[in-house]
Amino acid sequence: MSVFSKLHSLGPRTRPLSSSEPTSQPQLKAPGLQITGARLSYGGQLLFDGLGLDLPAGSITALLGPSGVGKTSLLRLIAGLAHSAEGSVAGTDGAPVAGRIAYMAQQDLLLPWLRVRDNICLGTRVRGEAVTAGTREAADRLLDQVGLAGVAEARPSELSGGMRQRTALARTLMEDRPFVLMDEPFSSLDAITRLDLQDLAARLLAGRTVLLVTHDPLEALRLAHRVHVMAGRPARLDAPLEPPGEPPRPEDDTRLLSLQAELLHRLHAAWRESR
Amino acid sequence: MTRFVRPVVILAGLLAIWQAIVWLTGAPDYILPGPAEVAARLWSDAALLLFHAAVTATEILLGLVLGAVLGAAAALFVVQVRPARQWVLPVLVVSQAIPVFALAPLLVLWLGYGMGSKIAMATLIIFFPVTASFYDGLRRTEPGWLDLAQTMGASRLAMLRHIRLPAALPALASGLRVAAAVAPIGAVVGEWVGAARGLGFLMLQANARLQTDLMFAALFVLAIFAVALYFTLDGVLRRAVPWQSESLESRG
Repeated sequence: MSVFSKLHSLGPRTRPLSSSEPTSQPQLKAPGLQITGARLSYGGQLLFDGLGLDLPAGSITALLGPSGVGKTSLLRLIAGLAHSAEGSVAGTDGAPVAGRIAYMAQQDLLLPWLRVRDNICLGTRVRGEAVTAGTREAADRLLDQVGLAGVAEARPSELSGGMRQRTALARTLMEDRPFVLMDEPFSSLDAITRLDLQDLAARLLAGRTVLLVTHDPLEALRLAHRVHVMAGRPARLDAPLEPPGEPPRPEDDTRLLSLQAELLHRLHAAWRESR
Repeated sequence: MTRFVRPVVILAGLLAIWQAIVWLTGAPDYILPGPAEVAARLWSDAALLLFHAAVTATEILLGLVLGAVLGAAAALFVVQVRPARQWVLPVLVVSQAIPVFALAPLLVLWLGYGMGSKIAMATLIIFFPVTASFYDGLRRTEPGWLDLAQTMGASRLAMLRHIRLPAALPALASGLRVAAAVAPIGAVVGEWVGAARGLGFLMLQANARLQTDLMFAALFVLAIFAVALYFTLDGVLRRAVPWQSESLESRG
């Protein structure tokens, strides 16, 4: 049994809730995701064209690259948020992708007028579903899992940056989607808090198909099964690096450090190419 | 402690300056009555002042409620109905070029000498600040919140209800604060133009009869009411929109 299915059974949905439920059968692993023919022009510039990206089932794929190369745009395209972008996004199980995606951004995006627990239940609320005692219990369990037991009644303004991002992670997990898109989720945190949250995220996201956009090579190498560098204009993806071992990998692993050097080298080349 | 002492000191200082001006200029009572004369008037004519104050207060409060409801509704309408933005918004903006005071005689002509024309004045004067600030708040929702709600499968209406509306409440609250500050102007101007009751009417009457102390007394009652209205509303809004000051502090 994978961690995902374990999480799934712990997760908020003990009954089939909505049409967005992946399948009626219990899943052991999230399906993969295939992006093909992605195209986006911005301000007259072609950011990418005919771009393809495979997100292998149940694994974390990291995307690095210079600022402005189109990483976030690609992520937004997959999330269905980039309205001017073209491209096809398909799950390897053949079912539609819409409604099966959870999104976590660089800002925590906590709503200041809602308490922490209500923020975690936001998806349920905005879909017009009833927030039941079960929903609240599930939210509290997730809070416990992200190390925030006891703050369910607090307002976001009372939390530190790390706690806020933990709450955002809990909200992402509450959605319980097979596909998770993360856009520099930990970049605003201090180094130690960031390492903590990376470990937590790797543990809690195991089994899901994750795309992680990041500026931090070490973060990519610690968390991802595959690391892509996006470069050029229009942008392409290089052959992925596949760090050894299972995430989260220890930050002082010497193999990671040599891979980090390789990755920095690629990023530097990408940066020159994108100028 | 200083919270209560400071207003008292300020008030005492202002009264002292006032009294000093009366003594230094030797102005007669009908030009500038001293604080003592005005206080005496407040005491002797308390019933009269209260009667007219009640009329003005009713006009102000009804105008405030009507203006706030209509203003908020207009902002929602303009935001939700896209074509309205192009058609209604310019009309709203241009309508503000007409001074509401210039409309006062017309309103009295149309709605009569009673409370109706004054409530309409207050409503008109309040409408725009409420509409403008709420509209602004509704438009400036943090885009990340909307993205998040969209990936969660929220409908347009759900986004309005759960994200944009609450996010715009601090802006609406500032609009309402401005409204509370200007509402008395609308009511009093209406009363000056034509009325048989209200503090504005009382002031005009007293002015014509050189009862300057009564004029001051009426002005004093109006000021007390306006200040009380502002602070009451401010307190209610602070309680209803508690995250506003927090977010300002954390950003500042």
